[in-house]
Amino acid sequence: MSSDDEKPADDSGAAGHTPGRDDEPTGQPTPASRAGDPDAKPTGGTPKAQDGKGGTPKARDGKAGDPRRTRTAIVIDALTTANTATVTVLAVVLALVVGALVIALSDQQVLDSMQYFFSRPGDTFSAAWQAVSTAYAALFTGSIVDPETLNYAWWGMASWTQVLTPISETLTYAAPLIGTGLAVGLAFRAGMFNIGAQGQAMMGAIGAGLVGFVLPWPPVIGVIAAVLGGLLGGSIWGLIAGWLKAKFGAHEVITTIMLNYIAAPSFVTWLVVQHGIQQPGRNDPISKPVVDNAQLPHLFGSGLRANLAIILVVAAAIGVSWLLRRSTLGFEFRAVGSNPNASRTAGINIDRTYLLVMIFAGALAGLGGAAIVLGNTPNSITPSVVGNIGFDGITVALLGRGKPVGTVLAGLLFGALQAGASQMQVTSQIPLEVSTIIQSLIVIFVAAPALVKAVFRLRAQRVGTIGQNLAKGWNG
Amino acid sequence: MRKETVLRRVRGVRLVTVLAVGGLSLALAAGCGKPPEKKADGGSGSGGQYKACMVTDTGGIDDHSFNASAWQGMQDAKKDDSKVAIQNTQSSSEQDYEPNLTKFVNAKCDLVIGVGGLMSDALTKVAKANPKQKFAIIDASVDLPNVYSMQFNTAQPAFQAGYLAAGMSKTGKVATYGGVNIPPVTIYMDGFWEGVQYYNKAKHKNVQVLGWNEKSKKGVFANSFTDQNKGQSLTKTFISQGADIILPVAGGTALGTAATTVKSGGKQSTIFVDFDGCVSAKNYCSTFLTSVTKGIAAAVQKAVEGGQQGKALTGSYIGDLSNDGVGLAPYHDWESKVPAALQKDVTQVGADIKAGKITITSGAQPK
Repeated sequence: MSSDDEKPADDSGAAGHTPGRDDEPTGQPTPASRAGDPDAKPTGGTPKAQDGKGGTPKARDGKAGDPRRTRTAIVIDALTTANTATVTVLAVVLALVVGALVIALSDQQVLDSMQYFFSRPGDTFSAAWQAVSTAYAALFTGSIVDPETLNYAWWGMASWTQVLTPISETLTYAAPLIGTGLAVGLAFRAGMFNIGAQGQAMMGAIGAGLVGFVLPWPPVIGVIAAVLGGLLGGSIWGLIAGWLKAKFGAHEVITTIMLNYIAAPSFVTWLVVQHGIQQPGRNDPISKPVVDNAQLPHLFGSGLRANLAIILVVAAAIGVSWLLRRSTLGFEFRAVGSNPNASRTAGINIDRTYLLVMIFAGALAGLGGAAIVLGNTPNSITPSVVGNIGFDGITVALLGRGKPVGTVLAGLLFGALQAGASQMQVTSQIPLEVSTIIQSLIVIFVAAPALVKAVFRLRAQRVGTIGQNLAKGWNG
Repeated sequence: MRKETVLRRVRGVRLVTVLAVGGLSLALAAGCGKPPEKKADGGSGSGGQYKACMVTDTGGIDDHSFNASAWQGMQDAKKDDSKVAIQNTQSSSEQDYEPNLTKFVNAKCDLVIGVGGLMSDALTKVAKANPKQKFAIIDASVDLPNVYSMQFNTAQPAFQAGYLAAGMSKTGKVATYGGVNIPPVTIYMDGFWEGVQYYNKAKHKNVQVLGWNEKSKKGVFANSFTDQNKGQSLTKTFISQGADIILPVAGGTALGTAATTVKSGGKQSTIFVDFDGCVSAKNYCSTFLTSVTKGIAAAVQKAVEGGQQGKALTGSYIGDLSNDGVGLAPYHDWESKVPAALQKDVTQVGADIKAGKITITSGAQPK
């Protein structure tokens, strides 16, 4: 593994892999390209002009293949070639199209007009358009911005708080997902399949919650202590899985799933009804609330829910990115992820690597759990306080290709879909499940790039590294 | 293959351009002129309707439990009163409570109803921020002037059910199990357990309760509100240990118990909870000794209709035997099999609870 082929891969998604990885659906790849050797220089390039549009800009092409590319060239390459990005965007489009069908078919008016479809098909289409357009308009206005409110605010007829509400909701929902997404993605890179983000997030929520109400904290210190409590809680849970793998060779998929069960409902349900932890005056399983000074400060005033959590997770993503690309430790993580046996031979202590990866992953998931408990209501530990963020984190990491930047973007997208989903429910009574279907379809399409390619008739080469990431994770 | 790369790059540029241009022109087409007067906004919903909006907890609208009951109550209110409009939104996680409640406040609902104790913190926060908005909450108590709290003391009818089961048991053993170990579940089990102890004391018998002990707070739980197979296997275990009357407090899981006892030809029976089993699960009616009912639907319907008629919704309501907020369903098929003396005793126990002669000690009762 030479740094020449690894670094670009991290910097610019699939761009770095462009040269060698060619798998044209119709052409006959050369043996070199079939082998998918990442180091293969694009020297040969059998000219096979498929549809007579064989372009000529040789200089540009040469630049793309040159391992000593400039940074600008890499960026331009990433933006224009954009194989991974194209497939991701088109996967979202495709998921929205299928989602539209589901919305239309679950709409009563559409179903009613379908009964006389052949006499007046227009009714069905207009009803379907009505249902789908209001639903997706609500999805947009609930997660990004409501143009109407924006216009009112511009003319002083609405407050800017109202304008920022949707985006604030998106950020609020995205923060925990990015945390758990990073936890899964980091482990992916080291060849481990961390199914335990759910349990790690739960332990993070417990750690943050316990620290958050145990003392009448002073300002600032309280927040720091509670966040650290969350990181600690999650990393302990990650450490157990890492230790079992390093010491006894127990597969992390098995141990992390079991640790999920132990964390919630078992451990947390027992914990929150203990004396001194349970909220006084309550007899249901709920802990004392986190004190105000330990709660994450709101970013845009108390009227909006967005809080410091989103800054923390983005900082964590930058940290993970630095770790993987610039540090020796991160190099070891990636090396072990690529080939544990070769890494061992090369002198890397892979047991230590497994342990450290899981500790880091646990801490990241713990940050996700802490983001919920320290952010808004619920401010108390309850058995289901973290919801489903651990498992959603797996999908976020898949969509983000296990890369920090991708994970942040995927987390924002899923956060937006969740924020928009509740607006869809309120304004057009679309059930919450539609948003879940869209989220799941996006990931399915991303995991099947060939399908997206076929649907949109892209002649692109094999795109994305997702399959390989997954394969590595399972084999590691 | 180099040509392919080139082609693709061009394609990519074109795609980005198309998206960007499309987005820009859309934004421009939206226009930025001064908008006309704002939409009419008033306190109440559209067209003089009274809009009642319900936020479910994470169980969802079809949970066969309190969310479903509360929604039933709202539908009943709408049926009875044409001025009532209803709407619900579901929460997929506890994070959703606060935004869902806020969205309904912004959607100008006249009454926003939250379901479930775990929503009380979020509802308190939103209610404080919107003191003019009316709220209601089910299965929890929020002490604010603009919140109407509805709670139900199901320990009382469960106590009667325990007494009845002890009197009906041929084997001297009765059993109960829960969905999960939380107060809305264990309150039934507490009441049932206490009812059996009361019977033992009054009649100098020694009927045992399997599956729950109020003192140790330990018992048997299915860890599911849907898994009928789990209900069947737990029930078979209880039967093999000698129990002949079983009270499952576990939503749909309870149907597994009914499916098991219905095959015994009357030797074993089930006591249903929340709804009258002979209404909600008719095919098993022959095996339901009785049901412990919790009148969420009726209470919600009354609250919504009262709100529509302009009654002040404030303070708290605790459904108990005295106000028929909870109760014991009719015996239906067992009417002739339950001895008249025992029927009279059960009624008397209910009267004693109402009169305060019997004190139920369960810590899960609403205060």
